[in-house]
Amino acid sequence: MVRTYALLAWAWTRAAAQYPLSFAVMTVAGFVTSGLDAAVIWVIFANTRSLAGFGVAEVMFLYGASSLAFTVADLLFGNVDRISRHIRAGTLDVFLIRPASPFVQVAVDQFVPHRVGRVVQRAVMLGLALSRLGVPPGRAWMIPVMVASGIVIFAALFALSGAVQFLLTGAPEVANAFTYGGAQLTQYPLNVYGADLVRGVTYVLPLAFVNWQPGLYVLGREDPLGLPPLLRFLSPVAALALAGAAALAWRAGIRRYRSTGS
Amino acid sequence: MRPGPDCGSSTACATDELRSPGPRVRRCAAFSLYLRLVRYGFRKHAAYWGAAVAGAFTNTVFGVLRAYVLIALWRSRPHLGGYDLPDAVAFCFLTQAFIGPMQVFGGGLDLTERIRSGDVALDLVRPASLQLWHLSEDLGRAAYLFLVRSVPPTVAGALLFGIVPPADAPAYLVSFVLGVVVSFGWRYLVALAAFWILDDRGLAVASLVLTTFFSGLMLPLVIFPGWLGALARALPWAAMVQVPADVYLGTTGPGPALAFQALWAAVLLGLGALATSVARRRVVIQGG
Repeated sequence: MVRTYALLAWAWTRAAAQYPLSFAVMTVAGFVTSGLDAAVIWVIFANTRSLAGFGVAEVMFLYGASSLAFTVADLLFGNVDRISRHIRAGTLDVFLIRPASPFVQVAVDQFVPHRVGRVVQRAVMLGLALSRLGVPPGRAWMIPVMVASGIVIFAALFALSGAVQFLLTGAPEVANAFTYGGAQLTQYPLNVYGADLVRGVTYVLPLAFVNWQPGLYVLGREDPLGLPPLLRFLSPVAALALAGAAALAWRAGIRRYRSTGS
Repeated sequence: MRPGPDCGSSTACATDELRSPGPRVRRCAAFSLYLRLVRYGFRKHAAYWGAAVAGAFTNTVFGVLRAYVLIALWRSRPHLGGYDLPDAVAFCFLTQAFIGPMQVFGGGLDLTERIRSGDVALDLVRPASLQLWHLSEDLGRAAYLFLVRSVPPTVAGALLFGIVPPADAPAYLVSFVLGVVVSFGWRYLVALAAFWILDDRGLAVASLVLTTFFSGLMLPLVIFPGWLGALARALPWAAMVQVPADVYLGTTGPGPALAFQALWAAVLLGLGALATSVARRRVVIQGG
């Protein structure tokens, strides 16, 4: 599966490289646009020194970790929610008769290599935040774990949103509220939001495990909402559970698919 | 072939014109053509009500998330930028409500696609102004999206957080329409650029960055620091989101606010008319 993905992704990358100027412009454009969220955080901290008890470096760290995970997941699997177009046009049939996983094919279809620009920008943000925080090595091991878990969580969300398209072909934008909305939610310390919303994204849709719970461990802080301290080590578990749910939903969606016949 | 811009003759008006081709009747026919286009723009977008409802849902979710961040900021700095907490929350939901009608993320005009495919050649020989044609359709689009994508986030914001009523409803309505016109003026210029550049995606991204950041969508421009704030509040993008929201909240006098919007609308529409006439004379149409 990985080999198929890499092969197809490389084919799309070579296709994009046929237009080198466009490719370069779009990579730079991705780098600049993804800087907008950082600019917003900068404007907020030009007006205040702490947001819900967190300083600028801490917020930048939470934002960098979550958005790095999101942009990697978006680069690799973000195209899954385009499946609604294939369902409506009937072109999904083509994916189903090929001897390769339909999920891999849909994920890599129209692969957009210039999204790498955004990944680089977020990695730089995270690096800058970490250099200002000075996290002790005893807790720094959590950083790669949380980014990896975050990638799995967002990838599972993309897969779930793809599975939902089998039901909601006419309104693909609903899924954006959960994928892009999840990315927006995790940009800021979660205690900014209402306590019920935080419980929801801890126990139902595990977005709190992208960067909030493990991030509290990295920053060496108490949970402002007093949830059990064990939660901050459970990011990989939450990621795998959501990935399992997404796999089941995807299979159910594929089984439910009836071709348009066109 | 370069007919005058104001002799409207859609099929429906043509019969009137044949009977009495006097200039007054012609102007009348042109007016009814553009009104008709407003209606078609409305109906064209009304075909996709599912997508619009989904958009309204997403706008509402983002409104809630952004509102919490603004609440945290205003808790630590009450009366920041001359807004109190309810103003900041209302501002947040208003900006989400403007995303659809003001088409803040760009696009909304099929002109770019028509220029690239060469179909614009047909539009240019039509006996109607290209710019007014698209403005009319865009006003119809905005009217539909106002109903489907502006009202729900505002009502949801009111139910969840409580929202202040408009300070001066008629002035707000005028400001809203002017915001749509300024937004059209800008997007029309961006779309026309496709006459000169082949790959317009870089430009589309640049426009997206400028519009989302300098319109006030991401944060109120009143809290931008120093010279950046002064600059942002003077640029045309402010007229799309920040100024209509300010007129709604009553945090600015309606007179100067509407004058600011009208000025930018005139400037952008003027530039658009100029660019259209240059494109008409100089540019070779793609395709054939």
